[in-house]
Amino acid sequence: MKSVSITIDGKAVEVPADYTILQAAREAGISIPTLCHDERLEPFGACRVCVVKVEGARALLPACATPVSEGMRIWTDLEEVRRARRTVIELLLSDHPNDCMVCERSGSCELQDLAYEYGVREPRFQGERHTYEVLDDNPLIERDYNKCIVCGRCVRICREVQGVGVYDFINRGFDAIPGTPYGRSLPETPCEFCGQCVSTCPTGALVSIPYKGKGRAWQVTKVRTTCPYCGCGCQVDLHVRDGKVVGASSPVMVGPGQGNLCVKGRYGYEFIHHPDRLTRPMVRKGGELVEVSWDEALDEVAGRLKEIMEENGPDSVAFLCSARCTNEENYLLQKLARAVVGTNNVDHCARL
Amino acid sequence: MEAENCHCMQRFVPVDDLRPLEEIVNKYRGDKSAVISIFHELHETYGYLDEKIMEELARRAGYQLSQLYGLATFYTQFRLEPVGEHIIKICHGTACHVRNAQGLIDEAERTLGIRPGQTSPDRKFTLETVNCVGTCALAPVVVVDGKYHGRMTPSKMQKLLKQYTEKGGTGEDED
Amino acid sequence: MRIDSPAALERYCEEVKEKKAKYPYRVSVCGGTGCQAFNCLEVYEALVESIKENDLEEEVELKLTGCHGFCEMGPLMYFQPMGTFYAKVDPKDVNDIVVATILQEGEVEKYLYRDPVSGEKIHHREEIPFYKKQVRLLLGINHLIRPQVIDDYLALDGYKALAKVLFEMTPEEVIEAVERAGLRGRGGAGFPTARKWRICREAPSPDGIKYIICNADEGDPGAYMDRSLLEGNPHAVIEGMAIGAYAIGACEGYVYVRHEYPLALRNLLVALDQAREMNLLGKDIMGSGFDFDIKVAVGGGAFVCGEETALIASIEGKRGMPRPRPPYPAVKGLWGRPTNINNVETWENVPLIIRMGPEKFAEIGTENSKGTKIFSLVGKINNTGLVEVPMGITLREIIYDIGGGIPGNKAFKAVQTGGPSGGCIPAEHLDIQVDFESLQGIGSMMGSGGMIVMDENTCMVDIAKYFMKFLCEESCGKCVPCRVGTKRMLEILTKICDGEGTPEDLEALEVLAADIKAASLCALGGTAPNPVLTTLRYFRHEYEEHIYNKKCPAGVCPALITIKIDPEKCNGCGACAKVCPVNAISGEKKQPHVVDPELCIRCKVCMDRCRQEAIYAE
Repeated sequence: MKSVSITIDGKAVEVPADYTILQAAREAGISIPTLCHDERLEPFGACRVCVVKVEGARALLPACATPVSEGMRIWTDLEEVRRARRTVIELLLSDHPNDCMVCERSGSCELQDLAYEYGVREPRFQGERHTYEVLDDNPLIERDYNKCIVCGRCVRICREVQGVGVYDFINRGFDAIPGTPYGRSLPETPCEFCGQCVSTCPTGALVSIPYKGKGRAWQVTKVRTTCPYCGCGCQVDLHVRDGKVVGASSPVMVGPGQGNLCVKGRYGYEFIHHPDRLTRPMVRKGGELVEVSWDEALDEVAGRLKEIMEENGPDSVAFLCSARCTNEENYLLQKLARAVVGTNNVDHCARL
Repeated sequence: MEAENCHCMQRFVPVDDLRPLEEIVNKYRGDKSAVISIFHELHETYGYLDEKIMEELARRAGYQLSQLYGLATFYTQFRLEPVGEHIIKICHGTACHVRNAQGLIDEAERTLGIRPGQTSPDRKFTLETVNCVGTCALAPVVVVDGKYHGRMTPSKMQKLLKQYTEKGGTGEDED
Repeated sequence: MRIDSPAALERYCEEVKEKKAKYPYRVSVCGGTGCQAFNCLEVYEALVESIKENDLEEEVELKLTGCHGFCEMGPLMYFQPMGTFYAKVDPKDVNDIVVATILQEGEVEKYLYRDPVSGEKIHHREEIPFYKKQVRLLLGINHLIRPQVIDDYLALDGYKALAKVLFEMTPEEVIEAVERAGLRGRGGAGFPTARKWRICREAPSPDGIKYIICNADEGDPGAYMDRSLLEGNPHAVIEGMAIGAYAIGACEGYVYVRHEYPLALRNLLVALDQAREMNLLGKDIMGSGFDFDIKVAVGGGAFVCGEETALIASIEGKRGMPRPRPPYPAVKGLWGRPTNINNVETWENVPLIIRMGPEKFAEIGTENSKGTKIFSLVGKINNTGLVEVPMGITLREIIYDIGGGIPGNKAFKAVQTGGPSGGCIPAEHLDIQVDFESLQGIGSMMGSGGMIVMDENTCMVDIAKYFMKFLCEESCGKCVPCRVGTKRMLEILTKICDGEGTPEDLEALEVLAADIKAASLCALGGTAPNPVLTTLRYFRHEYEEHIYNKKCPAGVCPALITIKIDPEKCNGCGACAKVCPVNAISGEKKQPHVVDPELCIRCKVCMDRCRQEAIYAE
């Protein structure tokens, strides 16, 4: 890729020609606020908090959606830029409940961060506020459109990344809002409950019901791990509080998943602390399951397999392994089947 | 004039008859961008964009229902509810506004008890405002069931609406 | 008949002309949408009947045409070669008119146009002040063309400009010609057309495909010139687009038409079929080897779709939400290909430039604004209609000489140009020249050509509120400044009109206006504050009257007026009391009536009902 020379806030930088102003600025260590931007999505240019001054342009331009060009001179911190951003934030807050106190997203809310940075306590412009019913029509995703800033990230991630299209923008003007057709509940739509919309929502408009009220950003420690559910290897940050997993997210643009998760990777952690979860091997003795040691359990399995093989030959045994095992574990299991037992009866749950 | 826009609900196909839908879908098959034209044809056929019709359209032509609903709520010409027997359109272009179109809207709201965009509960009237019908010389203009009434005043509006509300709702006496 | 060479076109045009020359007379009836609302179709039917009855079928060429411009006076009849012009014709008198004008070579005085000032009857159309000062390059041929008859266009040397371009000029020469003519976009901003074409011509396309689009989504309320052009002379648009396509290297075009314009749509579709049939459109046009065809896309009712990127989204079957530019459509437009968009009036100017020569075209107008511009002159004006004037004419000439001034001896207050993106121009600027820069210089803009005249009874705060409400409803809702900002501005304006405004509100309006302008995504938001800014600039005292004295000087805002009955004028007929929806008027029969201000809702129904003009607002 060809590179172009530009200046940002007086600093000369050279960046690839296909960069946006936002990418160039971030690379130059200059921070520009965003709301409707998510690296997983196509630039949208809607929220206008990333506007910057480009010399020669008539109005301010959105950094997230404007491609750089040779010789471009960009200013990100002029008074006129800050003033426009501040007005945008005030306008958003003029149609937003002032209830950060109880909001799930307090501490990880992009709008709250901006209000803090720009020092907006009470917006100068007051007027009609929308009042929507809070929708909790399913066990996983709660929608509170009173907090929605209409950035369209949920609409876009569901269409662009998931290819599902549960939401679209509905109505227009002041009443424009993302939503389902005919106000349907999520179970009435093709929703797969991957929670990608929750993951991209910059405010508390979309929250995960299972993790609600369990701990906010500063109360949890994030522990990076690999999702145990399939072989994709998506990276997951488990949110841990007091030794318990109270949430999960995926670091954006990291690992094979690039920040995207499916329903299992995002919500399938209830089992961790579930009282019914097996923590020790058990063997049925006299019709009753009895806790035993690992050695005893393995002896039991090996002994029974041997018996069956001797009676009916190795092909009377089959091995089914799991996507939740690592590649190495799966390799070892087929090795056991073929080399030790002597059968090709090996299969995998992902084929079922 | 514009006889095809005349009132009477009978001109619309009932929404459980899916044959016209099938024809329209076939006519535009393979052209995903034709959705606005499809909406216009469905509108002319069924009178409005019924939920069931939209679902069928999504299924048969391969659209996401969310996308269809998003489009239908974006463009003002599409209705999601059946229309009333009489459609009263009040032009609210600038020329009409400076000649007191607002007075006509207020009068219609008072007489019919509905706001622009609404249909009366007895499905007799649908009240709409339009941005400009382009007959500014006649301003302010009211179009009832396709018939233009120019140089209106609030009191003429009162009289005009009376013809529809009182005489069995036909409004036919003047034709 | 397929035209396979310029010579064949020449021959065909001559044949058509010969056929037409056989008729000694021509009668043309305006059939534009405006006149149709005045029942002109009945006039035309009566005319056909009368011609048959008087056995004049061989003598008279009959035409039901597109808009003649003088909408105020419809239905219109125009007799040639006499030049006799009849206004407000009643269908039942059409036969008398035909007999008097053709058979008796006289006139029917009753229907002649009368000068409203002198009261004098005017015999010939060209002597009517409304027409006299116009330069009707585009509209002037409407009365000769039946929009659904291609021969009428060919008789005027139609498509010869296209033939010339295809066989005698290179694409670059075409762009140079448009450049020398100085043509600028008629859709609003006045971007130089040749520069736009060149950018698109030079932009690389991934597969060589480029598009051109004709924007016929005329959304400004109170503007209808594009509709009249498309309705009246669709072939000129087609010819203009074909020339543009050749210059740019496009093989396909779209016309994006409002669904509210059924007649324009119908005429365009017929014209497209005719042009294809004659090989003036489609593959290998006139044997030149150049392929170009046009599709029609219909809008769904969204003002924002006049914005180029929203229009493209709409053609692609999406919500008409604009996207950030750059990349501009000329580089990345419809289906991701380089796309050039011009509006109807711009496209119609293109064949004209080729036909008359760019130098001749450039003689009309001012230094930087060339040619003519069509305005729809509406509102509080005597001669409502479409006027085509040379750039550089003054507003005063348009309003007083062509428009005949303000009705009812009222005082002129302002003229609004540029639609919802434009501004209100006060009397002090009436002598300004009408061109792109001058209008921008005083805070308004040329826009697509709406010109709404306002008088002393128009409240400028109410006008600002009207436009803000329009924009608030038409905002697509994508970007925050436009979605929420216009709403907040509307709320403040409503507050002021309701008598609840505070001095701080004016400041808030100014802050919002500046930031919405600076930070909005598209031109809708970027220009949305203009009506507020210009009224604040020129009519601030009206805002202040509303805020400090709780008065609406124009007598418009209901919360700030009182309805009163002049006891001197009231004859006690009781008509007002009968129509009052809240029974606020009382009085003895034949005695002066009174309005109860507590009950009165200031709907003014009584005012227009009163024949004595005894009721007034204060």
